[in-house]
Amino acid sequence: MASDYNDILHALCMHLRKFCDPDVEITPQTDLINQLAIDSVKLLNLIMELEDEFDISVPLNALADVQTVHELANLIHQIKSPK
Amino acid sequence: MRLLDKLDAVAAARKALLPAGIEVFGTPIEEIYSSTEAKIDGRRILFLGTNNYLGLTFAPECLKAAHNAIDSEGTGTTGSRMANGSYIGHRALEREFAEFYHSQSCIVFTTGYQANLATISGLAGVGDVIVIDGDSHASIYDGCRLSGAEIIRFRHNDISDLEKRLHRLGDRSRSTLIIVEGIYSMLGDRAPLAEIVKIKNAYDSTLLLDEAHSLGVLGKTGQGLVEEKGLVGQIDFITGTFSKSLGSIGGFCVSNHAQLDQLRFVSRPYIFTASPTPATIASTRAALKLLRDGTELRRQLWENARQLYSRLQELGYQLGPEPSPIIAAILDTPQQALALWKGLLEKGIYVNLILPPAAPEGKSLVRCSVSAAHSVEQMAYVGEAFGALRKTLFQ
Repeated sequence: MASDYNDILHALCMHLRKFCDPDVEITPQTDLINQLAIDSVKLLNLIMELEDEFDISVPLNALADVQTVHELANLIHQIKSPK
Repeated sequence: MRLLDKLDAVAAARKALLPAGIEVFGTPIEEIYSSTEAKIDGRRILFLGTNNYLGLTFAPECLKAAHNAIDSEGTGTTGSRMANGSYIGHRALEREFAEFYHSQSCIVFTTGYQANLATISGLAGVGDVIVIDGDSHASIYDGCRLSGAEIIRFRHNDISDLEKRLHRLGDRSRSTLIIVEGIYSMLGDRAPLAEIVKIKNAYDSTLLLDEAHSLGVLGKTGQGLVEEKGLVGQIDFITGTFSKSLGSIGGFCVSNHAQLDQLRFVSRPYIFTASPTPATIASTRAALKLLRDGTELRRQLWENARQLYSRLQELGYQLGPEPSPIIAAILDTPQQALALWKGLLEKGIYVNLILPPAAPEGKSLVRCSVSAAHSVEQMAYVGEAFGALRKTLFQ
């Protein structure tokens, strides 16, 4: 199961492809809302998919600080990392 | 960006979606004729979106009780119960609700929204976890945010997803509050409560059930889903509202946990909100008696609900998963939903329009709520209107 940051980033980008225009380039700095048009409902659906893939639960509170692809990948990495 | 610019952006987005001249949200009601009819834009309109499930807003017993309370205790309490004290009616209604649910204690609140806000934020705090159904009402989400607890969603009515999330928490499941609803407000479906109770017991968690839309609607005496499933006494906390089946405004929480009463001293929404007015309390007490004895009202309500649900199903509308007094036609686009909503209003029927993100899965809803007070003829007319609009709008 992917737990390295780069593996998580790669898997996240694969999931994001399903939620946005295929022509849009996705980089770690891409803004989820403004550039990928991921609205609040899409974001919550995306999170559910990621939770299944990485066998984690992402608290809604933590999403308030997430704007970019990197920030979301980093959040998942932190939750997956042993405390 | 200046402070108010974001509100201009919201106004522009709404204007782009909704045509000028139609007040979809907050429709002006010019005169109320009864619990099922009113005057809108100069015309007699059938109410089919008011959550007035038992039709008690004009019950003579409730009107008389409210009139008497105004005459004897005045129009308002002018402050919170902590500051201004508890009237006889506040304490009596709490006793009556506790007795109704065979519970040790009850707190009444000024609104249903406040009941969830106050209960959730009083029970859970920083370091605790709240696990909620993804389709939960906004009052539940807001209560969770106010609590400062970690908020985790599970897929709507998905027992295995709930269990998976509790399992991941390990020992923290013991400091976890699970929140579900008796009937969900958008699609009218029910929580799989027996299975949820088993899971909460297995993980030693605490369960809160919101019976806002199921109070008066389900169960022999109208307690809600808890009664229908034979689970009275097995739910830690039950919240609900007075503004649907009870025809007034307010909310409650009942529990057998003695700690419930401590919310009066720690829950900010309770401490800092003015208490319910004497008239509200009095009409609610009268309505609770009618609700408890309302077997015939529930029979009529369900007859109306099943009639409309099967008619809309026959017509080919996509509906929620089971018959219920909440019947939502699910549309793919906001434009389709708006056209159907507008068409129904032109035919003299007022329903609720629900647009993304308020509707599940990015869909749009035309949401009806059926009442025991609707006549067979009114229900038949609604079916005819939906049938005519199906032909003109969607075929």
